[in-house]
Amino acid sequence: MRRSSTFLYSLLCFGYAFLYLPILILMIYSFNDSRLATVWGGFSTRWYSALLDNSQILDAALLSLQIAVISATAATVLGTLAALGLNRMGRYRGRTLFTGMIAAPLVMPEVITGLSLLLLFVSLQELIGWPGTRGANTITIAHITFSMAYVAVIVQSRLASMDQSLEEAAMDLGGRPFAVTLDVTLPLIAPAMAAGWLLAFTLSLDDLVIASFTAGAGASTLPMVIFSKVKLGVTPEINALATIIIGIVTVGVLVAGWTMLRQQRQLANQQTRP
Amino acid sequence: MTETSGGNSANAGGACSGSPWKDPSQQPFIELQSLSKRFGQFSAVDDISLKIYRGELFTILGGSGCGKSTLLRMLAGFEKPSAGRILIDGVDITSSPPYERPVNMMFQSYAVFPHMTVEQNIAYGLKKEKLPRDEVARRVEEMLQLVQLPQLAKRKPNQLSGGQSQRVALARALIKRPKVLLLDEPLAALDKKLREQTQFELMNLQDQLGITFVVVTHDQEEAMTLATRIAVMDAGKFVQIGTPSEVYEFPRNRFIADFFGKINVFEATVVASDGQYLTARLDDSDTEIKTRHEQSLAPGSRCSIGVRPEKLLISTEAPAGEAYTVTRGVVEDLAYYGNRSLYRVRSQNGAVIQVSAQNYQRSAELLLEWDDEVFLSWESGCSVVLTE
Repeated sequence: MRRSSTFLYSLLCFGYAFLYLPILILMIYSFNDSRLATVWGGFSTRWYSALLDNSQILDAALLSLQIAVISATAATVLGTLAALGLNRMGRYRGRTLFTGMIAAPLVMPEVITGLSLLLLFVSLQELIGWPGTRGANTITIAHITFSMAYVAVIVQSRLASMDQSLEEAAMDLGGRPFAVTLDVTLPLIAPAMAAGWLLAFTLSLDDLVIASFTAGAGASTLPMVIFSKVKLGVTPEINALATIIIGIVTVGVLVAGWTMLRQQRQLANQQTRP
Repeated sequence: MTETSGGNSANAGGACSGSPWKDPSQQPFIELQSLSKRFGQFSAVDDISLKIYRGELFTILGGSGCGKSTLLRMLAGFEKPSAGRILIDGVDITSSPPYERPVNMMFQSYAVFPHMTVEQNIAYGLKKEKLPRDEVARRVEEMLQLVQLPQLAKRKPNQLSGGQSQRVALARALIKRPKVLLLDEPLAALDKKLREQTQFELMNLQDQLGITFVVVTHDQEEAMTLATRIAVMDAGKFVQIGTPSEVYEFPRNRFIADFFGKINVFEATVVASDGQYLTARLDDSDTEIKTRHEQSLAPGSRCSIGVRPEKLLISTEAPAGEAYTVTRGVVEDLAYYGNRSLYRVRSQNGAVIQVSAQNYQRSAELLLEWDDEVFLSWESGCSVVLTE
């Protein structure tokens, strides 16, 4: 018994070390004074100030955030509409086919998605003269296309597990279909929509392959800049940037967790009240 | 939904009095005309016609998959009939959508909106009618009083017990003053004690408001105690429609006889049948039994005679007078319940017959013991002819 618990404990430690040690090392090296990424040259914050002066990285980060917010929002709207159409329009011919097709982009290799979108933009350009130059606009459209599928799948699973008699009850009480969607369906799938938005946001922020295919000469997202810099060797500047991103994410997760905990406590308090 | 908002006076006639279904001059309140619902090849509801009268508490009873829920959903407007018509108060509503019907439903799962407070749940129907805010508030208050929940107005549904959720669902369905209230298994999710209490509350409420109730249930006891009339449904069709005592005392066939309580079945041969009475000779004894039966059967054909356990008389001496002696037997098993005793008697030809007897006399000793030789009999008029 004792031996097996020691074994399990070391497995646990190993697992977490595997997950977090690389990140920890990255964070430590962001405070490295040396220009060489692998040699410790003493503590310094100079790469953080260098980062603030590096307009290329800052512009790329801003562009990435902008694309992520717009594409996540649009993907949430479109994905939710698609999920509603697949789940709440009754039985119709081809529903199973459409349901399968909406999930297909999830398993499509990114290289293929990127290439096909590039071909689409190029042929559109020849046919109707739009989208002119490729850049932020084409990256945004491409991101909407693939992250919409994720949102649709998440919202759809929420819709499928939702008691359909809730919507029927609203309709029974005089709600027309559109009002029922606003009054009952949307508030109940809102958590799934929020989760979908966050996922779409992360996917967009993270994407390198599809952005590389669909970006023109002018626009570079943050992953594209980092990747091109790494090709010339890792600089401590990138480490500093990564540390800042990790810090923001950690704060975000902590705040979200704390808010949820507080809500749960409030609920529990109300429940115990006579 | 202007019809329903003004419906208070229309429904003020109170619960149905007498037996309107026996009076051909009465106008039915709900009328189903050859209603069918098919899903592909499968007929969930198969050519059903039915008249329900104002103020009735009509129960549709059947096992799972018999089509009772589909029938209710067609009344509510969630399913479109494949054929036939539905009329409520003389208006054809067959093709109107759920939100335009003067009908409200209480769902089996209660379907209380989890993101709204009790108050908001109950007010939902009136808000959709765009009534002025103060009137909505007044009527919500009224409803909360009616279902005895005013102290819980601000609670969220996840802070309610099952019984409280049920009341919220009921109040929410009643606030629009519907012409008809549909209830899908209203008591199924409650525990036994709460069921009995709620059962009586539902009946009182129905009496008080005079709204016509249509209840769907699989529980025969629930149906018996609640209903003015019961329709027993099987495989998409009604097998029998009648008052609780009619379906219990005069079951049309073995399915219904078995469905409501216990019954002893004696096989017999028809001796004579005149379309009013049927005389048959029991296989068990050579006694001839005369039973009221309106269908003629050919002499010599086989039939089954059913007698409920509490209609059978058990005695150690041969009964005198009007009673028919059926058979003799031996008490094989007995159960003493205090107010009554249940005997299982092995008859001469080996069949087991159940007899339930009231314990009229006060005695510390059992009136009958194991292995006592007994006579079983019943008074004329207590038996029923069962067809398959």
